Amino acid sequence: MAPSGMRAIIVGAGPAGMRAAQTLVAYGVHPVVIDEGDRAGGQIYRRPPAGFVRDADALYGADASKARDLHAMFDSLRDAIDYRPGTLAWNVAGDVLHVVRGGVADALPFDALILATGATDRLLPIAGWTLPGCYSLGGAQVALKAQGCAIGRRVVFMGTGPLLYLVAHQYRKAGVDIAAVLDTSPLSAQLRALPDLAVRPGFLLRGAKFRAGLQAAGVRVENAARPIAIEGDGEVAGVRYRVGDAERHVAADAVAVGFHLRSETQLADLAGCPFAFDEATGQWRPEADRDGRSPRVGVYLAGDGARVLGADAAEAGGRLAALAALADRGIGVDMGEVGRLRRRMATLDRFRRGLATAFPWPADLARAVADDVILCRCESITAGELRETAIAKDAPEMNRTKALSRIGMGRCQGRYCGSAAAEILAQVRGVPVAQVGRLRGQAPVKPLSMGTAKGKES
Amino acid sequence: MAEISVSGRLHRVAETNRASVTFDVDGRTVVALAGDSVLTAVLTAGRTLRRSEFGDGDRAGFCMMGACQDCWMWTADGGRLRACTTPVVDGLALSTVPVGEGLWPRPA
Amino acid sequence: MKAQADVIIVGGGIMGASAAFFLARAGKSVILLERGLVGQQASGTNFGNVRRQGRYLHQLPLSNRARDIWLRLPELIGEDCEFLPSGHLRVCYTREQADKVEAYANDSRAYGLDLEMISANALRDRYPYLSADLVAGCFDPTGGHANPRLTAPAFGRAAVRAGVDLRENSEVTGIAKAGEDFVVEVAGQGTLRAPVLLVTAGAWGGKLSALFGEPVPLTTHGPQMAVTEPLPYRIVPTIGVSTPHVFETVYFRQVERGNVILGGSTRGPASNDTNRAAVLPDNFLGQLEQLRRVMPAFAAVNVIRVWSGVESYLPDDMPVMGPSVTTPGLYYAFGFCGAGFQIGPGVGEVMAELIATGSTTTPIEPYTIARFAGG
Repeated sequence: MAPSGMRAIIVGAGPAGMRAAQTLVAYGVHPVVIDEGDRAGGQIYRRPPAGFVRDADALYGADASKARDLHAMFDSLRDAIDYRPGTLAWNVAGDVLHVVRGGVADALPFDALILATGATDRLLPIAGWTLPGCYSLGGAQVALKAQGCAIGRRVVFMGTGPLLYLVAHQYRKAGVDIAAVLDTSPLSAQLRALPDLAVRPGFLLRGAKFRAGLQAAGVRVENAARPIAIEGDGEVAGVRYRVGDAERHVAADAVAVGFHLRSETQLADLAGCPFAFDEATGQWRPEADRDGRSPRVGVYLAGDGARVLGADAAEAGGRLAALAALADRGIGVDMGEVGRLRRRMATLDRFRRGLATAFPWPADLARAVADDVILCRCESITAGELRETAIAKDAPEMNRTKALSRIGMGRCQGRYCGSAAAEILAQVRGVPVAQVGRLRGQAPVKPLSMGTAKGKES
Repeated sequence: MAEISVSGRLHRVAETNRASVTFDVDGRTVVALAGDSVLTAVLTAGRTLRRSEFGDGDRAGFCMMGACQDCWMWTADGGRLRACTTPVVDGLALSTVPVGEGLWPRPA
Repeated sequence: MKAQADVIIVGGGIMGASAAFFLARAGKSVILLERGLVGQQASGTNFGNVRRQGRYLHQLPLSNRARDIWLRLPELIGEDCEFLPSGHLRVCYTREQADKVEAYANDSRAYGLDLEMISANALRDRYPYLSADLVAGCFDPTGGHANPRLTAPAFGRAAVRAGVDLRENSEVTGIAKAGEDFVVEVAGQGTLRAPVLLVTAGAWGGKLSALFGEPVPLTTHGPQMAVTEPLPYRIVPTIGVSTPHVFETVYFRQVERGNVILGGSTRGPASNDTNRAAVLPDNFLGQLEQLRRVMPAFAAVNVIRVWSGVESYLPDDMPVMGPSVTTPGLYYAFGFCGAGFQIGPGVGEVMAELIATGSTTTPIEPYTIARFAGG
């Protein structure tokens, strides 16, 4: 296939999508790049709206030069790509990607589809988490980075993962009162992970500095914290938690919570990519070889949307996926580059294992969620209703449970309840969590306006 | 220099030197800044975005990145928008509760 | 586990589950075999309309019988399956179609339907959100809707409480008649025997009837279904466009939680080999166009999910119901042409009656498999 004739589509303009685009362009391909956002960058390198004044150092800290490079690079590609911001890819059917922009649908046939759809925070329900004032860690970061706002005046940061310390640090630097940083992971887990985390010494150092900086500022930083409830009358007023045998309380008007990340895999699912269960993180993810090839011919996966490995791995993964897509179409690629990128990914994979050790998904907390706590935010279905339905109606797996309990039937289609729902169902059934399966993806991947009109090409 | 509200949930810590945008929430005039998302615009002045359909109280968004879908609001003329991914514009009129029967489903 | 029963039923959708329930109440021992989980196929993926209006006149006695069961669901099976008798409205864009609808309203009176024709002006008064292009409507106050995902499973649980041996994840790998008994091979369970076999295997029914020398020209299609986000509960009746054009045939129903279930227009592909069905994006967009046409206010709100299922059709738009022509003791109830939900409980009761007593008071002769004999 001649590069100029290759119909390549990249979904996502974060680090993975941007590097994939750059790589394809370097080989003479002109990809379509679908971006749900209005400006390229994804989450970590999210750009505020035009007209905002903070520079890259203020926005991205130690990642400022990476951010600048990526943004400048992508901006320079614009004439060589068909960049479509503000566009939602809502379905894949056969070898056609279905998108919508400004209320008009379009159907884009592809030879190669690179899915670089990124990730969201991974959540489990905590009593009171639907109260106004509770946000995800990623949400708290978006508010600060992209809107120049703090989610409140006195904020508790709760959960686990590197983002917990990063966002708390960013808020502290912005002058916001940090009420506490509550990490569900024990310090011993973080120490145990050091050998694996040490493959990225810069990252490790920064994390330690964030934590030390918070403690030096007098912020309460706790490990092995078990959230009991986010409390308040109609809005967040504080957090109650336990450390060891001690029950503690901290007053706050906002909570930022998250337990590392979960990949956005809905398009991979709709495209027919097979999934496999990853024991280390307790999550399902689309299968891919080391270059990001899905067994589903024509589909490639890169970045946190394939496997949560962080932004640096996303850049490498985006390049690899693009090179794989080219090679698969008979376009000769630089195998030395491929080798170098593969080695980088292998190193970063070790780091990923370290993260899973240091910041484990607290499955036990998910399983222990009290009956009266809302599990499905969209539909207000409690954990107790899930348990009751699973038992009384003998639901053996997630999709049946969804059909009978409504868990996962809301607007977010299981993004924020799916992980915990699987843990609870597995516990009710007395089986390993892999055995209850995962929610089957259904189009549209996000709410689609019924005003959507067929485009002229459809 | 626009008035900066101090009663809102979200609290501006940067980027305050921007043109103002005037819009409506539940019939009350609110001033925000150009470049605010609807979510930011509503929550820098107020405390909530919408009432949950299922009786568990008010919601004020969650993920800020268009994933959780918790910030969908009604426009005063019976339309829908996702607050965290929609830029606020002058003249926008919003409702934190479902619009009346005459507005949705609106007469044909 | 038992290896013997009075009746073996193959297929755990609404037909099989309700037949099992009624057979157990008639004192029969029943083994119900379902390859997956009860109600996962067409029974669980259909629109959920519980309607009599619009059915062929010959089907109204069966539909009436089903209606009596719907009205007594809590008493019979302990659950209401979210059945809401909120009325059913059909609307028309042309005078020609309105005349057909009115003729049906007249003809169906003799079968117990009391339909009310509604003029264009009255439609605008009562349902101001509906298109101003509609020329007429016809309302059945006794129509309604229910939740298909809940219904067959509810009948299944009631069947179990009534003594039915219900086996899910049980695939039938072979059936033969040996003397007085049907010998049914089930993967991982060996063989089961019964003097009576009831095939309620939906889109897979034709594969089984063919084993007994009674193939039928069954085809499969996928309904194109969608659901909105929760919205203020304001659309009370089930509403559907009555038209000879498939692409215009859209329908919708709002549940009390607020979601509007949407369906209709061009059907999609469904396979009884892969057991998969798809919503074609182009069909979906066309469906949205037609939905906006009949209710412009749809343009303002969001769809959050689409789905399809494997529905089975016969070319004369009638199901296969009744005894086998070739094999004593064998009965069929499958191929309900996308219109099996409301009549489902009635089908179960009729088949149970037929099997238990030798005859049924409800006319089902038009549905005999004999009509396909001779190819």
